[in-house]
Amino acid sequence: MSENLSAFFYLIASVCFILALRGLSSPVTARVGNIYGIVGMLIAVVTTLLTPHVVSFWLIILGILIGGTIGTFIALRIQMTALPQLVAAFHSLVGLAAVCVAAAAFTYPELYGIGVRGSIHGSSLVEMSLGMAIGAITFTGSVVAFAKLQGLVTGRPLVFPGQHLVNAALGALLILLIALFVSTEAAPAFWLLLLVSLALGFLLIVPIGGADMPVVISMLNSYSGWAAAGIGFTLSNSLLIVTGALVGSSGAILSYIMCKGMNRSIFNVVLGGFGTEGGTVAAGAGVGDRLVRSGSAEDAAFIMKNASSVIVVPGYGMAVAQAQHALREMADILKKEGVNVRYAIHPVAGRMPGHMNVLLAEANVSYDEVFELEEINRDFASTDVAFVIGANDVTNPAAKTDPSSPIYGMPILDVERAKTVLFVKRSMASGYAGVENELFYRNNTMMLFGDAKKMCEEIVKALE
Amino acid sequence: MADPASLADRASELADQASALARNLDLLTHQLTTVQTTPAVVGGPSFVFELTVFVLAVFVGYYVVWRVTPALHSPLMSVTNAISSVIIVGALIAAGPLGVSFAKIMGFVAVTLAAVNIFGGFIVTQRMLQMFQKKR
Repeated sequence: MSENLSAFFYLIASVCFILALRGLSSPVTARVGNIYGIVGMLIAVVTTLLTPHVVSFWLIILGILIGGTIGTFIALRIQMTALPQLVAAFHSLVGLAAVCVAAAAFTYPELYGIGVRGSIHGSSLVEMSLGMAIGAITFTGSVVAFAKLQGLVTGRPLVFPGQHLVNAALGALLILLIALFVSTEAAPAFWLLLLVSLALGFLLIVPIGGADMPVVISMLNSYSGWAAAGIGFTLSNSLLIVTGALVGSSGAILSYIMCKGMNRSIFNVVLGGFGTEGGTVAAGAGVGDRLVRSGSAEDAAFIMKNASSVIVVPGYGMAVAQAQHALREMADILKKEGVNVRYAIHPVAGRMPGHMNVLLAEANVSYDEVFELEEINRDFASTDVAFVIGANDVTNPAAKTDPSSPIYGMPILDVERAKTVLFVKRSMASGYAGVENELFYRNNTMMLFGDAKKMCEEIVKALE
Repeated sequence: MADPASLADRASELADQASALARNLDLLTHQLTTVQTTPAVVGGPSFVFELTVFVLAVFVGYYVVWRVTPALHSPLMSVTNAISSVIIVGALIAAGPLGVSFAKIMGFVAVTLAAVNIFGGFIVTQRMLQMFQKKR
């Protein structure tokens, strides 16, 4: 295939990828969009295989077979609650692949027409080192994110003294090494650069706590795109450049949306150290002497059965307890009783953007019953029951009233405006931000202590 | 006037000059050919052209992604993950030549990793999207 022809097919593949993202503007068109993505990828791979450089196929076929089998197997078996760690793991693979391609281009530049060993073009060296550095950071960063989400290491932020200083020093070293590599093309500089980037990726994500993972995953998503673009520049391949740019900007936008959902700057998140991973009751906040009204599943069933409208507010606790199916059963019975049931999703609920939406969809909840914060927040005032299941910080009114609170300014779901608030929670422990939620002590609040799934099942029993 | 000795001197001087000229010409033609061949080595689209493509694509991405409904942010993430594995294009070229080299092994590893991602990413996206249905 001539160079012009393959460039033309790469263009078609780029357009397919754009259409794939475009399809996601609505659930109706999304599946067609995904098909576009698959077609684009197919065109890209076949076009490359038909270029004159590629003459030996056995290793390629072996690689695609091994990788394809593993990928298919994982994707078919994965539980939807484990989606965030899956995506993190996949990001790490893109990063590592970028590193491998950069290493191949460095040791065998003739393949890509960017010069010969020892005198690679200057601009290619810059692009190559950037692509590899970003790829390496994506790789180790995603591995850490995966370990945190999978529970292999604590989700608590790991901080040590002088952390930011170490990171800054490594960052400076990184730039220095790139400059050294570009001017000398020395192999040791290349491999040292790889090591420093790997270390930096690890250290950047370690201090970030579990509930900030939506931002981290989005950020790594963005990085994997920029890494692909960097490699695209190195190889002068416009398809890689376009795709990298698309993915990079997509991840950046998601990071922005997530940060806005927490009213924190990206720097605040990246610097880390925020959050406690729940569990600890805020010390000395007078927990013992305030009255909490706790109820049983029967009480909750009675209240909701007699309500005319219920808004369900799911959070990460629902995902952990795998309560989405039991919850939907509960909602189905309530709907049969003539109750208007809707769902309200906070932008940062769960461990990745849109996590709750996927879980509800998995449980067969129709997507037109699920609403975003801005769409539904006004309706809490005219709602009988807010059913908060596994969420805490995103309902805390301190975000609106207490300027000294760490979550002050974060947009919250106004559940306190509902006539009755039901909180399904395992204990009185504070949420991720380590802030006490004064809603628990209000007169119109009833705490339903227990596992989210069991509680829903008991309510279902009581309703029947 | 016509001193044979000085005449001979003059003749040898001219011969020297002629040979020097010939040498210069040789050098010049050589330079000319190398000048003609070098652009072919530098070749390919210029950096500015690539940068243009990149910046325009960032803008396309920006506008397309803002239109994605928040409910589908998880599928967005997995599908962008799948398409960023288009890096396999670079890996295929590295794994493509005959013989065995370090670059070829790197290419093989990258092809395998990217294939995990491509298959895994698109399938898990499809699984997710299948769930987003309007009921009744």
